[in-house]
Amino acid sequence: MHNDPHFDFTASLEKALADPQLGENFKNAMTGLRGKRLAIFPDADELAKLRATGKAVKARALSKLPELLVRLEANCVKNGIRVHWAQTGEEANAMILDILRAHGATRLVKGKSMASEETGLNHYLEKHDVEALETDLGEFIIQLDGETPSHIIVPAVHKNKKQVAETFHRHLPGAPYTEDVQELNAMARKTLREKFRTAHAGLSGVNFAVAETGTLVLVENEGNGRMCTHVPPVHIALMGIDKVVENLSDLPPLLRLLTGSATGQLMTTYLNCITSPRREGEKDGPKEVHLVLLDNGRTRLFADPQLSAGLRCIRCGACMNNCPVYVRVGGHAYGSVYPGPIGSVLTPQFEGIDAKGDLAGASSLCGACEEVCPVLIPLAEHLRRIRAEGQGCPDTCHVRGCGSKRTLAETLAWKAWAFLESNPWLRERLLRLAGLLGDRIPAVGPLKAWTSARTTPKLAPKSLRQLVREEGIRHE
Amino acid sequence: MHKTASPGTVSFFGTCLADAAFPGAGMAAIRILEHLGLDVVYPLEQGCCGQPAYNSGFPGEARKVALRQIEAFAGQSGPIVVPSGSCAGMLKLHYPKLFEGHPRYFEVLAFSGRVFEFFDFIGRELGACFEDRGPSVTVAWHSSCHAMRETGSTQAAKAILRGLANVELKEITREYECCGFGGTFSVKRPEVSAAMVRDKVADIAATGASMVLSADCGCLLNITGAAAKMGQSFTGMHLAEFLWGRIHA
Ligand code: SF4
Repeated sequence: MHNDPHFDFTASLEKALADPQLGENFKNAMTGLRGKRLAIFPDADELAKLRATGKAVKARALSKLPELLVRLEANCVKNGIRVHWAQTGEEANAMILDILRAHGATRLVKGKSMASEETGLNHYLEKHDVEALETDLGEFIIQLDGETPSHIIVPAVHKNKKQVAETFHRHLPGAPYTEDVQELNAMARKTLREKFRTAHAGLSGVNFAVAETGTLVLVENEGNGRMCTHVPPVHIALMGIDKVVENLSDLPPLLRLLTGSATGQLMTTYLNCITSPRREGEKDGPKEVHLVLLDNGRTRLFADPQLSAGLRCIRCGACMNNCPVYVRVGGHAYGSVYPGPIGSVLTPQFEGIDAKGDLAGASSLCGACEEVCPVLIPLAEHLRRIRAEGQGCPDTCHVRGCGSKRTLAETLAWKAWAFLESNPWLRERLLRLAGLLGDRIPAVGPLKAWTSARTTPKLAPKSLRQLVREEGIRHE
Repeated sequence: MHKTASPGTVSFFGTCLADAAFPGAGMAAIRILEHLGLDVVYPLEQGCCGQPAYNSGFPGEARKVALRQIEAFAGQSGPIVVPSGSCAGMLKLHYPKLFEGHPRYFEVLAFSGRVFEFFDFIGRELGACFEDRGPSVTVAWHSSCHAMRETGSTQAAKAILRGLANVELKEITREYECCGFGGTFSVKRPEVSAAMVRDKVADIAATGASMVLSADCGCLLNITGAAAKMGQSFTGMHLAEFLWGRIHA
C-alpha cells in the first residue's frame, strides 16, 4: 500500500507539473476518453434515466448491505465457492497466502484488481516467495517498471508508446526495441501465454457480485481475466464488500453505465459470470474458487449517512477523466491507490485525514466529476465535507483524523472574515483603506500564491456600494 | 429593445468581488435591469455569499455570513438578481444544503427560491433582446463552471451575446474546463491552479479574439491576471458591462 506517512502532496504535485511529457500523455488520453464517453451517451434524457437507475440500484444494495452479503455468501457456498471475510488488507493478504500455500502454489497470475492494490498484495506475496504476475496489459507494463497504476481503468496511461517500447526492451528477455504496437502486443502475449499455462493459481477482482444467485461478474476487454479465472486449477476472487448487488436484473443498467462511462464502449468485450468451480463432466475451469470479501474501512463509510454514498462507486474512472486537476498531474501525484475526485474522497477516509486529508484540496470544486459520475455521487459535496472534517467542524466530525488540518492562523482568518462580512460598513472602510495603499500591499500569504502566475489584482477606486449611493440607485 | 414582461421591483446582489474590483460590471447590470423597465434595489447590508468559507471547510462561518445576506434581503420580496453564476449557485443551491436541519431552514429556502443568475433572469425570465449599437468586435466567451453546471445560465448568456449584430463570438476549445480560480483553490493549490489558468489563457489567445467575456468576476480576475503576466494582449470584461456598452452607446 502507499501508506506513506511522510507523503508531501505539494511536492508531489510540483513534480508532476514539472514533467511536460507526463502532462501531454494524460491530456491526450483523457481528452480521448472524455470524447468517447460523450459519443456513447448521445441522448441526455436517456442518460439521465439510466443514471438514476444506476444510482437507485446501488443505493438499494447498500441500504441492505449486511443482508445481501450474507445472502451472497450462502449462495456462493451453495454453488461450491469458498467464502472468506477479511477485515483489513493484511488479513486478506494472509488468507490469500494460506490458500496458495495449501496448494503449494508459488506462481500466481493476476487479472486487474484495484482491491489487491489496496491491500498491497503483490509486495506481500513477493516477500513470501510467491511470484504474482499482472496480466492486464497495462498492469503488466507498469509491473515491469516496478510502478503502481496511475488510473483505475487505464493503469499505464502515464506512459506513451516510446516509453512502453523501452520498458519491454529493458525487461523482457531478448525483446528488440520496437515502437510497433502490434509487435509490442505480440511480445506481451507471448510472455503471458506461457505464464497462464504454467500458473498454479489465478487471482481476479470482481466488478459486481450478485447476491440472488451467488454470481461473480467480471468485466474486461483483453481476455486475460478469463485466462486467470479459468486456466489455473485455483481461482481466488478478491472484492470490496461494496460490490454486491441484489439481483441479476440489476446488472444491465450497471454494465451499460460502467463501460460507457469508463471507455465509451457500448458493451465490454468479455463479460465473465462465475458461478462455481468446475463441475463434474466439465472440461475446463478451476477446481476451486475462493471469494475473499474485503472490508478495509468500508463498514466505517457504510455507517456515515452522507459519505456512504461514495460506496456506490462502480470504479469507472470517469470522474478522473474529466477532472482538470487529475488531467494535469496524473494519478501518481495523489500518492494513493485511488486518485482523482473519488480517490480524494475515499482515501482520507481509508487512511485518515491526518495522512491524506490534503487530497480533498486538489479540486476547484468545478463540478466536472459530478457531471459525469454514472451513479450520481455528489463528489464536490463530499470533498467539501472532507475539508470540513479536516478543520474539525463540530457538526460533521466522524472521519478518522478529523480536525488534524486545523491551524490557528486559518481558523482566526475565517473568523475575522465572517466578522467583516457580517459588518458591511467596516468592510467598506477597510476596502477603501486597502485601495489607498494600492500597490504597496505586500505580496505575502494568499497574495504571494496568487501572484505566482498572475498580476496583482487592483481594487477599484470606488466600490459598487459607493457607486450605488452616488448614482442614486435605490438602496436600503 | 423588446421585452415580454415587467415584473416590477428586483433586488440586486452585487457580489463581494464586483463590489471591490469590478463595480463597473455591477453598475452595468443594474442599468440593464432599469433599461428593461425594472426598479432595482441594492440593499447596503449585503456582503459576500459565504462560498469561500463553505468551500474551505468552515460551514459555521459560512452560515453566519449567509444569514446576514438573508437578513439583508428580507426587506423586499420578489427576485434577487446576481451577476455571477458562482454566487447565484451558492445562494440558490448550496444555502439549502448548508442549513439542513437548522431552525431557520424554511426562511433560507424562501430566500433561495428568489435567486436568479443575471443572464438567466433577463434572457429566460424576461426574454429580453437588445439592439447592438457598438462597432464590430471579435470576442471569446468563458463560462464559469457554476454557471455551466449549477445555475445552467451559460446558454442564456451566450444567446444574448449571439443576438448582438456586430459581435463575432469565437468558441474556445475546452470551454467546459475550469479556469483554475475556484475561490480559495487558486491560493491553496497555486501550482495546479496556475497550470489550469495558463491553459485557459492559451485557449483564449488561440481564438484571436481581442477580448474575453464572462459572467463571473472571479474567473475574469484569474484569467486577465494570468494573461497580463503571460504578456497576452486580450482584455477581459464582464458580459453585463460589455452589453451595457453596446446598447447604451
Ligand atoms: S465516483 Fe463515479 S465517476 Fe468516479 S469512478 Fe466512481 S462511479 Fe465512476
